[in-house]
Amino acid sequence: MKKNHKIISTVYIILLFVFLFAPIAVLIVFSFNEGKSTVNLSGFSMRWYRNLFEDDATLTALRNSVVLAVVSAAISTVMGTAAAYGISKMRRKLLKSTVMTVTNIPMMNPDIITGIALMLMFVFVGTMLGFSESLNFRTMLIAHVTFCLPYVILSVLPKFSQMDKSMPEAALDLGCTPLQSFFKVELPEIMPGVMTGGLMAFTMSLDDFVISYFTKGSSFQTLPLLIYGMTKKTVTPKIYALATIIFAVILILLVSSNIISTRDERKLARIRKSLNRGEQTGIPTP
Amino acid sequence: MTSTRTKKVSVTRSLLQRFAAAPYFFWAVLFIVIPLIFVAYYSFTDRDFAFTLENIKAFFTPKYLTILLRSVKLALLATLICLLIGYPAAYFIARTDPKKQKTLIMLIMLPMWMNFLIRTYAWMVLLQDTGIINGALESLGIGPMRMMYTEGAVVVGMVYDYLPYMILPIYSIMTKLDHRLVEAASDLGCNPFAVFRKVIVPQSLPGVVSGVMMVFVPSISTFYISRKLGGGNFYLIGDAIETQFNSNNLHMAAAISFVLMLLLLAGMFVMDRFSDNSSGGGLMP
Repeated sequence: MKKNHKIISTVYIILLFVFLFAPIAVLIVFSFNEGKSTVNLSGFSMRWYRNLFEDDATLTALRNSVVLAVVSAAISTVMGTAAAYGISKMRRKLLKSTVMTVTNIPMMNPDIITGIALMLMFVFVGTMLGFSESLNFRTMLIAHVTFCLPYVILSVLPKFSQMDKSMPEAALDLGCTPLQSFFKVELPEIMPGVMTGGLMAFTMSLDDFVISYFTKGSSFQTLPLLIYGMTKKTVTPKIYALATIIFAVILILLVSSNIISTRDERKLARIRKSLNRGEQTGIPTP
Repeated sequence: MTSTRTKKVSVTRSLLQRFAAAPYFFWAVLFIVIPLIFVAYYSFTDRDFAFTLENIKAFFTPKYLTILLRSVKLALLATLICLLIGYPAAYFIARTDPKKQKTLIMLIMLPMWMNFLIRTYAWMVLLQDTGIINGALESLGIGPMRMMYTEGAVVVGMVYDYLPYMILPIYSIMTKLDHRLVEAASDLGCNPFAVFRKVIVPQSLPGVVSGVMMVFVPSISTFYISRKLGGGNFYLIGDAIETQFNSNNLHMAAAISFVLMLLLLAGMFVMDRFSDNSSGGGLMP
């Protein structure tokens, strides 16, 4: 009975991964194809990769995407962390729940509505002020910061409520100013949340297509917008090459971050074990 | 001496507390709340910004109602399939060896990190008339089948793109499941099916609710998947918004967005009734 269950579960999970990865595998295989066909392999070649990098547009789009993602992640992480600090210290329940409801709006709303809403405002204000072009890099940056902020706030906020309240109080009693107490006591405690939020903001911004599509200017092209343009025209294996590179980068990042975190966990476990042993043998522990 | 010092500290402290979130409040009002007011404003005005109900009336004509109905149908279908595939997946993963779980979840998330444009495009490559699936079918003698530009292709695209959003919240609630209840139920004579139905399903409901919303909302509002895999034959509500935007008819685009937003809000309100706790089941750690 139990063994049966295990076999079913293993087979199910394997089938699931076949479904999830087969399409990506096909793209990867055909990115090395000599010909343009997506059915027949006609020999190994790197020509689509060469093709991709000979194109200035790819490199420009990549650079634009990274710049936009870094800047919007930086702004949303700082503003979002400060916001989480302020929200966690709020006393009025009604105000707090109103703020949280508003914070949830960009996460619950479909991206297309967030994009349209921001675009309408930018166009309205731009026309009113007589700009020749209402949408540009700045409007896109504002849009990205706006949809990144909730992710930062929601990953930092729980860290404040999990924190031992007596620690910042102790810091204040011992003569720290509130600002010092924040940087010396609270910030180190919430750091994992800040890092997660910042990383999430970075990846969300890098990956976003829909909101960028509606708030983009004519001159600023990001990687997802470039991919959109590429898929609009006839099929070109250049896209397979680009997809393969993106997949490889993600895989390397995920695996290495996974390895680092397991290593940290192991180290922690070892420390805990040695502390326990210390207790048993009567050696005083810190 | 001491008392003035404490007083000073508490005043500055409350200043910091009060103003730390101020930039965000300002930002949220300016870029979250006001843009939504603009959606409403554009919906009820014409090109000269004079009040009109024409845009909203235009939505409630057969043309848009057909699109709305089709969007709801395809998105519901995709959500249902995601639930049917995702629920057992989350259950099985949550019951594997904890050391393996981390890797499995990483593998579930991996495709999610690829841009959805590329994921959708991959299915174009697979499903096209001269694609790999048809090639395999042909060699089996079943002959090439038309798979692209069908409603089925659109649903497959939605399921593939959003399946991880169903698995992850359900998985995260499955790992928090109270196993003592499972044991108690089987000790008290429940068969495995009854345990599943009476103990596991009710506990995992909040995860299901957030999974359903996370799949349904992007599915109903997509325009890329329907455009690429449906070939423009199956207009969805997202396509309608995008088309109006591209033909520079911003007021109609706003009206469609406005109605969609109200419908989703109503839907979420109903869904909220289903899940009494809002604590668990999110994608957030």
